[in-house]
Amino acid sequence: MSKTTTIGNQTISLNDSIARNELDNQESGVQVTDYDNRQTVGKITVDKPKMVCRGVNVYYSQKHAIKNVSLDIGTNEVISFIGPSGCGKSTFLRCLNRMNDTITTCRVTGQIKLDNEDIYEKDIDVVQLRARVGMVFQKPNPFPKSIYENIAYGPRIHGMVNTKSELDELVRDSLERAGLIKEVEKRMHEPGTGLSGGQQQRLCIARAIAINPEVILMDEPCSALDPIATAKIEELIDELRENYTIVIVTHSMQQAARVSQRTAYFHLGDMIEIGDTDQIFTNPRHKLTEDYITGRFG
Amino acid sequence: MNKIMLPASTPERPKSARRDIKTIVNASLARQHAAERRFRWYGLIAISLGLAFVLLMFGNIIGKGYRAFWQTYIQIPITFDLSIMDTSGSGKRDLQTIDGADYSVLVRSGLRKLFPKAEGKSQLRALYGLVSADSPYELKRKIQQTPNLIGVEKEIWLLASAQVDTLFKGNINRMLDESERSIKNDQIEWVDKLQAAGRIEEKFNIALFINGDSREPEQAGIRGALMGSLLTLLITFLLSFPIGVATAVYLEEFATKGRWTDFIEVNINNLAAVPSIVFGLLGLAVFINFFGLPRSSPLVGGLVLSLMTLPVIIIAGRAALASVPPSIRQAALGMGASKLQMVGHHVLPLAMPGMLTGSIIGMARALGESAPLLMIGMVAFIVDVPKNFFDPATVLPVQIYLWSDLPERAFVERTSAAIMILLAFMILMNGLAIILRKRFERRW
Repeated sequence: MSKTTTIGNQTISLNDSIARNELDNQESGVQVTDYDNRQTVGKITVDKPKMVCRGVNVYYSQKHAIKNVSLDIGTNEVISFIGPSGCGKSTFLRCLNRMNDTITTCRVTGQIKLDNEDIYEKDIDVVQLRARVGMVFQKPNPFPKSIYENIAYGPRIHGMVNTKSELDELVRDSLERAGLIKEVEKRMHEPGTGLSGGQQQRLCIARAIAINPEVILMDEPCSALDPIATAKIEELIDELRENYTIVIVTHSMQQAARVSQRTAYFHLGDMIEIGDTDQIFTNPRHKLTEDYITGRFG
Repeated sequence: MNKIMLPASTPERPKSARRDIKTIVNASLARQHAAERRFRWYGLIAISLGLAFVLLMFGNIIGKGYRAFWQTYIQIPITFDLSIMDTSGSGKRDLQTIDGADYSVLVRSGLRKLFPKAEGKSQLRALYGLVSADSPYELKRKIQQTPNLIGVEKEIWLLASAQVDTLFKGNINRMLDESERSIKNDQIEWVDKLQAAGRIEEKFNIALFINGDSREPEQAGIRGALMGSLLTLLITFLLSFPIGVATAVYLEEFATKGRWTDFIEVNINNLAAVPSIVFGLLGLAVFINFFGLPRSSPLVGGLVLSLMTLPVIIIAGRAALASVPPSIRQAALGMGASKLQMVGHHVLPLAMPGMLTGSIIGMARALGESAPLLMIGMVAFIVDVPKNFFDPATVLPVQIYLWSDLPERAFVERTSAAIMILLAFMILMNGLAIILRKRFERRW
């Protein structure tokens, strides 16, 4: 499998994903000042990867939305994707559980592996994939049903429980882990849409963890929330890290700095830089990253 | 000229301009308010015009039709004479022989007892014409119910003929010459005498609701048409609702958007606009001529109305599905629900109120439809109440059309009464649509 890609003004031939890795892993400490250089800066690999993405391209009919992105997502880490609006970070996130399949004009090429299994393989069932890779959306979107039914839905359709008491326990447990149990204990059978925005978002997180996924994707989960609700969600993300791998897309750089261990910066479909969160925010190596985090644009 | 045109105080322009903006805005404000007031008036006028026409229509129909719910009856002393009843001459009270008796003799002798002076063939015929032609059968039914009436003399209320009914309700001009009205001078005299004796009276018209159609206006009822409408609508609903909902769900949720779906969509929208009589012709050609289904039957009527209602239900269903926010779909898919689970568990329940509303409005339209049914023979004069989907039947709007065509004054009244009943069903169905929408509406 031979691919040719244009990165900046160089044309590079990619024989396999390894070659791409070597290209990306530039010497640390080297600063990239060339704005036109769109080659990923930083170490894309990790020791214990949960998901491995190599040479991912996404097209919306003719528009090239994600350009040859490769990165690893480590087990039990929080990785955040930052970047200006329209840079493709949400699009890339939605590739990780194949939510882009619902858009008919969308086409994905490259490799995305979950535990060494290609999720775009023909024999992979998206139902199973999405049970393993849960998702929390930008706008809280509880089902217009009771709080209990919201949580119980996932376990029920996947046949994870057999008895009513098991289900009750699972619902309580999920709400507890989402830190919502105290607030909703007495109103389990009231509509989930009657909760406040922050509570709704935590309900959505509880709903996602009820089916015990391995990875949770969060698409700007706090953009519709006030600072107090945001703080609660961030606290929750920190706690969830023990058991889950979390990929979070955010507009807030402070949030990325607070919750994540690694950060990837996207710009117009390219992944410009990836690295430890501390390093990205204190010592960005690409001029574009630096401009963005210092607020020069975006 | 130029000198005059030049502004006098050019340097002060910014100041005056600012003042100007205030006055200009104020002036335009007045204009805006005036436009708003005018618009409100137009709206009021339009609404009151519409309401006036509705009131006029209802007033006219109710004014013409409400008396059809009452019918004139005449009290006649009937002697259930055993010698007349017992045709076999055995002297036994045998029900079978009683069935064969000539009950018109009983009615006639009763009438003659009331007016002994009437004589001569034409005068007697006028006398016998006071009561409905159904009266002998009415007596027969009475005897069958209570056989111990035999041999007894009893005052019986019998249905008056349509002319007497019309006269009694004041719809015949007594000033006209005898030859110009449908009732004879003698008959008017008798009716007046009956009234003086308290032997003529209006009672609630049950016959209107329990009889089928008839050539005699006083006996004609809407039960046949009502049953026909019911059976036809049942077929229509059973066919068009499931097929319509399934089509809407498939087109909106499952079909890949492309040239074919666009083509189908355009065609469905076109079908909704096809004149209904065309569906009637289609039904005649396909269901009756090709498939050989029984003509005039509620089955064929229901099939034709299904064809007509389907596009309406599909369009309403698609609109209802499209109004379900995509976030709900994403939430379900993100949980690992399959597409069918997403639709079945979340999207369809949310869209159902809209779909039901659309369907009921479509059904109400089908209830009021007459043109396509004329084509498939549901316009025939049918006396019997249809019992199943294959019996010849007619429907309410067609019954109205049939009655409106008849010259008797009594049918004019009944036409209006039938319209009132049809309108009542329409209001009922639309009310149901509103209740369903309110009941199942959910916020998200």
